[in-house]
Amino acid sequence: MANVRINGEDRALDGPDDTSLLWGIRDLAGLTGTKYGCGTGLCGACTVLVDGVSVRACQATLEEVAGKEVTTIEGLDADGNHPVQVAWRQANVPQCGFCQAGQIMQAASLLNETPNPTDEQILESMAGNICRCGCYERIVAAVRLAATGA
Amino acid sequence: MLHTIEQAVLRGPVGKTAGLAISKVSRRSFLQGSAAVFTIAAVASEARAFERYETGGNSMPHGLRYDPHIFVSIDADGTVTLVAHRSEMGQGSRTSVPMVLADEMGADWNRVTLVQAEGDEPKYGNQDTDGSRSLRHHVQSMRQMGASVRHMLASAAAKKWGVDPSTVQVGVHEVTSGTFRAGFGELAAAAMKEPVPAFEDLTFKSEDEFRYIGKGNIQIYDLHDITTGKAVYGADVMLPGMKVAAIARPPVLGAPPVRYDASATWEVAGVEHVLGLEVSIPPAKFAPLGGIAVIAGNTDAAIRGRDALEIEWGSSPHEEFDSAAHMAEMRATAAEPGNVLRTVGDPDGAFAGAAKTVEREYSQAFMVHATMEPPAAVANVANGKAEIWAPVQSPYGTRVDVANALHMDPADVTVNVTLLGGGFGRKSKCDFAIEAALLSQKIGAPVKVQWTREDDIRNGFNHTTSVERIAVALDAGNKVTGWRHNSVAPSILSTFAPDSGYQFFIESGMGHVDMPFEIPNISVENGKALAHARVGWFRSVSNIPRAWAVQSFASELAHELGRDELEVMLELIGSDRKIDIKAQNFPGDYWNYGEKDEVYPIDTGRLKNVLRLAAEKGGWGKSMPEGEGLGLAVHRSFVTYVAACVHVKVVDGLITVPEVNMAVDCGFVANPERVRSQMEGAAVQGMTIALHSGLTYENGAVLESNYHDYRMVRADNFPRVVKTHMVDHPFSVHASGAGEPGVPPIAPALGNALFHATGKRMRDLPFGDMV
Repeated sequence: MANVRINGEDRALDGPDDTSLLWGIRDLAGLTGTKYGCGTGLCGACTVLVDGVSVRACQATLEEVAGKEVTTIEGLDADGNHPVQVAWRQANVPQCGFCQAGQIMQAASLLNETPNPTDEQILESMAGNICRCGCYERIVAAVRLAATGA
Repeated sequence: MLHTIEQAVLRGPVGKTAGLAISKVSRRSFLQGSAAVFTIAAVASEARAFERYETGGNSMPHGLRYDPHIFVSIDADGTVTLVAHRSEMGQGSRTSVPMVLADEMGADWNRVTLVQAEGDEPKYGNQDTDGSRSLRHHVQSMRQMGASVRHMLASAAAKKWGVDPSTVQVGVHEVTSGTFRAGFGELAAAAMKEPVPAFEDLTFKSEDEFRYIGKGNIQIYDLHDITTGKAVYGADVMLPGMKVAAIARPPVLGAPPVRYDASATWEVAGVEHVLGLEVSIPPAKFAPLGGIAVIAGNTDAAIRGRDALEIEWGSSPHEEFDSAAHMAEMRATAAEPGNVLRTVGDPDGAFAGAAKTVEREYSQAFMVHATMEPPAAVANVANGKAEIWAPVQSPYGTRVDVANALHMDPADVTVNVTLLGGGFGRKSKCDFAIEAALLSQKIGAPVKVQWTREDDIRNGFNHTTSVERIAVALDAGNKVTGWRHNSVAPSILSTFAPDSGYQFFIESGMGHVDMPFEIPNISVENGKALAHARVGWFRSVSNIPRAWAVQSFASELAHELGRDELEVMLELIGSDRKIDIKAQNFPGDYWNYGEKDEVYPIDTGRLKNVLRLAAEKGGWGKSMPEGEGLGLAVHRSFVTYVAACVHVKVVDGLITVPEVNMAVDCGFVANPERVRSQMEGAAVQGMTIALHSGLTYENGAVLESNYHDYRMVRADNFPRVVKTHMVDHPFSVHASGAGEPGVPPIAPALGNALFHATGKRMRDLPFGDMV
């Protein structure tokens, strides 16, 4: 059993301490919004927040996040109306949508740390998240929209 | 794609030019206005019909459906439930296709619920989501069913109120006549019992009455779910008692595991089974590659257990395959005459008598789809039935293939379609669903098969590698008098039938035999290349290497002649005309993407128009600072015309793309917002193809394994601004599609721009991101 706090809830997950955070979230906690894309921290599809900062869940274990606050896409906002989520919808960002939870979590992390990022900061921060459909222009626009409201 | 491949396989050896064995569907006569039988003023304006035209949709397996009872139900509370029968992989069809029906029937989109059809083509008609066909094939049937329901609602209202049907109006989600008024829900039960009107008795909305069609004002149906993590993709399906499998597949096609040691695997907590799967070798269609499966209680344990296997793989006929040596062989083959697929005039004479010839060779490495969602599927085989949940492009094809693999009747197999985390043709191949079904059958419990990214890169269905050699003959006035294009590439057909080494009509019909230039002497040739990798189709398919070669060549020719590229490209295309495919000696098996030439001809006026439009919007002709350049390319694919003007700027040796202007003519546009997103995505994917996408085979195995060595364009260097310019057309200009045709012009336009920025000419894909 591994004890983890996810989306404000203390969860006892039925797996060894060294279980990957990604698979712990998906298979053991049953929260499937966080996606597997590469397993090596190269694509960002599994991005979650740990104490408000983006982490590739595939690169962490359950024991590494013990005592910390893990936030997944399901817990970003109770109504799904975090400014980044709202901006994503306003900008019609997604195509297939598979990478978008990771993109949104990365953007939320950026704005937590840097509420008014420059374009260069946005590009640099989002460069770890691959979108194979190629929604980057809208992703950047949506991050800007979430930050500035315009 | 699949059904035409199967036809090709049945037809026997490639190279025959017999006509396609596609049944002819009679063309309906033109309809002028509405027949007077049913004079309900179902919309505010006077009655009209649209002019029906025949598409290849009628010739697809199971064809099209026109009965609204299959696609539409209306609840008493007014909720309209529509069936989405096409798979959603980012192209927007799940939204755009039902949206057409909703608009024509008068439904308020906010009161529409979608249900995804399971794989059932006998019921829904063709569901194979591929070939940029969803709107092209279904826009008319969706309009017809929408209009039918509108008439049925009006007819039910007229009876209920005892009024003359001609006084009944159908507005937005409500029906009125004088002071009578009823919502759709109130009339639903009676309306759905009304007879379905014949096409000839229907009135259709005029284009200025559309509320959604052509407007781009409807957001994708799953937008909220996607942004909140609720959207369900293949791996998100969880069943009680479900186990998860990871499979060690042969690194070399067809190499069997001769012995393996699973002792370390068994030490991984949660591992429950280690099972062998029969190894296949092409041609085996979508049969799983086989190998050793590790089945565990969760994905982490399954992958760790799989990775802990020690396997000794046996020999395979492909174990010496080396992609660099293979490329050298293809280059040698391309330098020799190939099988002639199309001849116009006297090409040998033209080259013999040429004042000058220009000859160039272009190539492309193998690519793999690398969808963000690696293949994953869930199967539950129990009590003589099989149920599948999978992100598949062809759910009915999956159902049949799974049934065959399990030796079951398709009637006992159900295929539920999840959202697809990218498709690009990879998920037309249902090997991963078959794997899940076989393993579930073996262990008697629900099984999810999860491919890792390494599996996806190394064990996929490759976009083929190719060499394209092009030569032109010029007369003393530098006029092009001869064209020779020899294409050498392993064929997709090798996945389905014994490998002849030659391409077949689908591949040669993608920018090769259908070359639209107005040149008096032409030879289109295909040289032999055997496949040693599993070849499949990838978004845009053979159009990628053909547009790369032909459009790069056009630019090189202009440079050689010291002329403006736009002028030369327009001159090569020649006069405005619909190409006479007989006079131009197109082969008898020319397929035109499954469409009749008279319905979707090659229209050079439209081809030139998008080229001019992209050039104008991109500022073609303006002077550029040092290290920057513009490049053009134009290509017709999937009966859609797309041109790109790419702006390249080299920054400290890094190739960057500040802007892309894309001009697209896909006939009538149902959802311009999703056409735009497809063009933006095509620009990104095209840049990835140009810069990064190449697989390397050594000793029969793929060297690349994940996104560090099989790279993607990322947010730190992507086409920063993509402007899409759509040619505006009425419904009478037949709708085509937008999923694939945006990709082919990007790489050549980028390469041409790079030449202007640096003087360096790229001829081999991928060419890296540094110059």
